[in-house]
Amino acid sequence: MTLLILLSVSFISAVVLAFVGDRKFAPEINILGSAATFAAGVGLAIEVYMHGPMVAGNKFFFVDAFNVYLAVLTSFVSMTTAVFSRRYMRWEREHGRVGHWGMRFYHAMFQLFIFAMLLALLTNNVGVLWIAMELATLSTVLLVSLYRTPTAIEAAWKYFILCGVGIALALFGTVLLYFAAEKVLGEGGEALLWTNLSQVSDKLEPTVLSLAFVFLMVGYGTKVGLAPLHNWLPDAHSEGPTPISAVLSGLLLNIALYALVRCKVLVDGATGTHQAGYIMMGFGLLSILVAAFSLLRQKDIKRMFAYSSIEHMGIATFAFGLGGQIATFGALLHMLVHSLTKSSIFFTAGHASQMHRTQEMDKIKGLLKGNPLVGWGLMFGVMAIVGMPPFGVFVSEFLILTATMKDAPLLTPLLLIGIGVAFAALFRRVQPMVAGLIPANQHPLKAAHIPVILHLVLVLIIGLYMPDFLSQWFHTAVELLK
Amino acid sequence: MSINLAAQVNSIMAALILLTSFGLLVQRRMYGLLHLFAWQGLFLSISTAIVGYVSGSHHLYISSILTLALKVILIPYILHFLMKQLHIHKEVEQLVNVPTIMLIGIALVIFSYYLTAPIRELSTLVTRSTLAVALATVMLGLLMMITRRHAVTQIIGFLALENGLFFAATSATYGMPLVVELGVALDILIAAFIFGIFFFQIRTTFDSLDVEQMTKLKEED
Repeated sequence: MTLLILLSVSFISAVVLAFVGDRKFAPEINILGSAATFAAGVGLAIEVYMHGPMVAGNKFFFVDAFNVYLAVLTSFVSMTTAVFSRRYMRWEREHGRVGHWGMRFYHAMFQLFIFAMLLALLTNNVGVLWIAMELATLSTVLLVSLYRTPTAIEAAWKYFILCGVGIALALFGTVLLYFAAEKVLGEGGEALLWTNLSQVSDKLEPTVLSLAFVFLMVGYGTKVGLAPLHNWLPDAHSEGPTPISAVLSGLLLNIALYALVRCKVLVDGATGTHQAGYIMMGFGLLSILVAAFSLLRQKDIKRMFAYSSIEHMGIATFAFGLGGQIATFGALLHMLVHSLTKSSIFFTAGHASQMHRTQEMDKIKGLLKGNPLVGWGLMFGVMAIVGMPPFGVFVSEFLILTATMKDAPLLTPLLLIGIGVAFAALFRRVQPMVAGLIPANQHPLKAAHIPVILHLVLVLIIGLYMPDFLSQWFHTAVELLK
Repeated sequence: MSINLAAQVNSIMAALILLTSFGLLVQRRMYGLLHLFAWQGLFLSISTAIVGYVSGSHHLYISSILTLALKVILIPYILHFLMKQLHIHKEVEQLVNVPTIMLIGIALVIFSYYLTAPIRELSTLVTRSTLAVALATVMLGLLMMITRRHAVTQIIGFLALENGLFFAATSATYGMPLVVELGVALDILIAAFIFGIFFFQIRTTFDSLDVEQMTKLKEED
């Protein structure tokens, strides 16, 4: 029941907002809808925490420790993003960057996007998972081109084509998976249900599944933004409205990685080898290194943090590929803290570029004096994302590094180089932006405070002390993914 | 119709689908592309119906009708409408290196046969031999998207690729579960509306639908 509410609230909000359009209270409805979704998410989490994993709706939905924490995270970040977007988008509207139809479209698609992500997380059917991933892409494509500038349209077109093709390959992988599953489970819808598949994964044909995994890896990997399939990501993140960058980076990438990990579990079960893990480690490591060295060359603030997202998704993918208790635990934690930190960074970066009327980092200065919250928020956000203690990212990266030293010691230097270069690249850029006097091109701005503070405080708490229920969840999820 | 005959007819359909894929790869005229795409959809729809008849899986009839409605009627109609509105239906696209593209295409077909060999051995379905053609259609669609520069052509390549996926689903497994097929069809329909909006956005911003002009976003050295 809670599950149904969770899914339907965002869908209904999307329809309502499509009718409300550009009216004055549209952002409030957006916040209300997201808050209700979050409340339902928490309710669902409590249910699962009390009674364990559950299957609902004629086996159509399925909740366990792995997807419920992502569902709570998704609904939480979308709620805070809705709060942030109220002030942010109002500013954009007042300054003529979006029109009447643009706002209507923005709000409706924002909610539809959340619906698609939640459906992808909660569905039990691997085919529906694919459909929801595609829906999530489609609902954000036109949001990326919302400003109608030549670069925005180019970014959106790239996003549409690259992710469309990528995800089409994932469908081919799903067809192959179904082909193997049908032999064991019989024809019909039952054969694509994850709960059934995971039970018989050792009976699935290994050759077919390893071929399927290649397609699934390339397909969902494109959406995770893994190098060398990452070209769409920096463009889409930098050209779209900032709230969309925040949810794309903080949530969509996680969901794609979730899909990939679910598939990996099945392939591992079938092949009995570590082959899928090695592929993921390769892609992950390459992403970390490519992103770290690209970070050094960035001039655009949102583009830079987009590359940082590629780096962090690379770290999580690498850790999932590595497998084992510590690495998987680290990867799950990393998905959580990266999502919280990166979206808060995008919030502040968005405000910073509004204050300076540009996204060029050379022209952004004196944030601490101009707007202390934006300045300190960006500063602490970056400190958290580069992995400084006592923030949560430090803990997850530390766990992953420890596991790497134990299981794949030869790769540790590469991982350290990636993290180190990213650290230097981000820090070098942030110092001049926050420090200094207020430049002539800076304008005062009413920033959205609460989301940034909330996210950073949570990341800090997780870094200092991990609540019992969270670590228990992660341990259960680790067991599931073994 | 005996099962053997049906399998033969299905193979002919597979051959025709492959043929239209190659046709799409080198067709320069916009209308020609549109017609070829509609034909491919029709062959796919017939093939799906035949497989449905052979296997007795009646949900394939629904999927066949869905393909007919979507890929043969609705999407070609939308594309036709867009071409008229944007005055590009008489446009002829420049193509370079047609022989090379054809040769790469042939190599891709051989590669698809090689890649699907283990699956064909495992399968007992009468349609198993067409799986390679399905994968080849996917790959040729990809090749088309890479080699073409016109936004409309790229979209047709993308849709041909989706045709290949549908074909793969019918030939490998007698079709995906109905809920999945319906969902995929819905996604394609939404995608059709989105690229329609896109064509107008690209046209008003860049004055033409040549995607070569979109090169602003890249890493500076």
